[in-house]
Amino acid sequence: MRRFGSWGPGLLLVSPSLLALFIFVYGFLGWNIRVSFTSWRGLTPTYNNVGLANYAALTADQRFMQFDVPHIAIFTLVFVLGALALGFFMAMLLDKGVRGENFFRAVYLFPMAISFIATAIIWRWLMDNGGGASTTGLNKLVQGTGWSSFHSDWFRSDSKWAIAAIALPAGWALSGYVMSLFLAGLRGVPEELREAARVDGASEPKVFWHVVRPMLLPVLMSAIVILAHISLKTFDLFYAMDQKNIKIDTPALYMWFTTFDGGFYARGATIATLLLCGVAVVIIPYVWYSVRAERRR
Amino acid sequence: MRRCTSAVALSFAAALLTVSACSKKTSPKKEPAEDKSADKGTDTAAKQPEQPAGGAQVEVFSWWTGPGEQEGLDAMIADFKTKNPGIEVINAAVSGGAGTNAKAILANRLQAGNPPDSYQRHAGLELADDIKADKLEDLTSLYDQQGWKDKMPKGLLEAITIDGKIYSVPVNIHRANLMWFLPKTLKELGLSGPPKTWKEFLTQAAAIKKKGKTPLAVGPQWTQKHLLETVLLGELGPDKYTGLWNGKTDWKSAEVIGALETFKKVLSFSDIKTAAADWQPAADRVADGTAVYFVMGDWLDGYWGRAKKMAFKTDYDVAPSPGTTGIYDFLSDSFTLPKGAKNHDAAVKWLEECGSTEGQDAFNPQKGSVPARTDADKSKYKDYLAVALKDWQDPSTKIVGSLAHGAVANNALNSEIDTALGLFAASGDAKAFAEAVGKAYEATK
Repeated sequence: MRRFGSWGPGLLLVSPSLLALFIFVYGFLGWNIRVSFTSWRGLTPTYNNVGLANYAALTADQRFMQFDVPHIAIFTLVFVLGALALGFFMAMLLDKGVRGENFFRAVYLFPMAISFIATAIIWRWLMDNGGGASTTGLNKLVQGTGWSSFHSDWFRSDSKWAIAAIALPAGWALSGYVMSLFLAGLRGVPEELREAARVDGASEPKVFWHVVRPMLLPVLMSAIVILAHISLKTFDLFYAMDQKNIKIDTPALYMWFTTFDGGFYARGATIATLLLCGVAVVIIPYVWYSVRAERRR
Repeated sequence: MRRCTSAVALSFAAALLTVSACSKKTSPKKEPAEDKSADKGTDTAAKQPEQPAGGAQVEVFSWWTGPGEQEGLDAMIADFKTKNPGIEVINAAVSGGAGTNAKAILANRLQAGNPPDSYQRHAGLELADDIKADKLEDLTSLYDQQGWKDKMPKGLLEAITIDGKIYSVPVNIHRANLMWFLPKTLKELGLSGPPKTWKEFLTQAAAIKKKGKTPLAVGPQWTQKHLLETVLLGELGPDKYTGLWNGKTDWKSAEVIGALETFKKVLSFSDIKTAAADWQPAADRVADGTAVYFVMGDWLDGYWGRAKKMAFKTDYDVAPSPGTTGIYDFLSDSFTLPKGAKNHDAAVKWLEECGSTEGQDAFNPQKGSVPARTDADKSKYKDYLAVALKDWQDPSTKIVGSLAHGAVANNALNSEIDTALGLFAASGDAKAFAEAVGKAYEATK
């Protein structure tokens, strides 16, 4: 037991925020889980206990099981992989030493500063699927480059993968951020290590693979965690893109509409709880990994 | 030690996040209070001498912030002030089309036991949740005292009566079952007039499509629901349509499934695949001649007539949607008296204003709707509104309530229909749609 003087002021300083954190994050989390076990519908809260009935109902819910869950899986996959690949590619280019690097870094980072609502409104026009004389946006751009038969319906396509089109604006917004993560990671690799490898006769790809890649692993892990949880909770992008279009419906949207349009509070809380579980699936292995890594050090 | 500081920094960041999240939630509540202080500086100073038992006020919550509706609300507030000089009106309007934002904020305020003194809702079953949760006062005696029951059409009163009681005062009436078009486009296509039935529409549509135009424009999801309701109404007739919402018409009956099949065919002649992002751009497609018809409520008249400066009858025209001649598919904005209103008496005065001829005649010409009362001053309503008012005041007109705009289905059923409609758009299975809605009706009754 150390003297109060050494830890007391620190604790006092953080206690208001700790308190707020426990009430407003963990308290409400617990409350939400509690609501998911009730039959609360409408404006009057009901705190009964119906066990897992809401969860059972959701597994039989066509909208949730056949649309929302596959949608969010497809979106997460395309968005995370796309943003990682693009961000990594841009970071590699910048790392090679471009003139005006600061300028490019800012340019690529800017889309992240735009709210998803504004992003959605711009991209709704870019991904317009009008044909013939009303061709516009990306379709027109691609046709203008000479590929005149090009036409995509983007997120209005009949394909089950229509939602993957939304990964385009999402990736556009976030890939600059991924780039800066990777760039920082690349800069963190000591030049001496690379030189030592080169002196030993390693080719550039080998230097990358055996020296740089292992040191980028922590960066990759945090980038995946950040992107995956953004993906699961994204709401505004879909909401502003095309409201209530089932082709781009996700659990987060269903949760909002069923709770605030329909008053199905218990069902909304159940979806929220499942979303939390989805995020936990991503976060917990990461936390476990970083705790272990810290201990090893 | 380093880990310690980072922990401090982290929890600070978390605290900041929670604080900003909280302030976001409460800010809409704050606005009216700020408005109030701003008002006090100008208004009450001028009216001080007439003010009776000092400081009376009424907070009126609505989503009327758009062009036309805001002017209408202001005109009604101005009329209220001349009648009730001692009462200050706090205009707590929240912007967002069809009240999408306002409704979420209102739900929070009602749950927190902090209702505005009077709030806007679509008249009809959209109020059912509030009534069930015991948030509203019964206004039937106010109707008797003001004699409104003789001044409003019977069909309207029936539609807004829930379990024998009336809980809100309708200010305006919009009509949903309308089909808009340009006479010029019809002439160009050699069509003698808009279709009288949906069957006739399908024949016309096939011919229009051959000539390279879109037969029917649609917009976002809610306009498709709006179209669904007009097809159901046109195919089933007013009595069976109303039966869908009171349990007398079986959703799974062959007739309803047939009407849904018609809806599917109608949609196949629309531009749903490249649907416009909102109802105005959808109307633009009709206005520029690429599409021929658009089923939309009469707020479109304000957009074309006023914003676009097109002339009624010559530039654009309107007919009842196919199969609904002589039927008025209404939706109405109404005001309520929540239980626990802080300024109960002033709120009653506000409701009296909402139901008065002067109040309704001040509001409606601006908003582009007709008054709920049938004894309104006809001279104030021109062009389309004159036609609408004539139909509304015609005692032989059948009145039914709108689905997409909250008159006939409670919020729970309405949101379940959204889900079913989305699944229907993806699968095209009319039987599954009817079954899902029938089940949702039973579950949300």
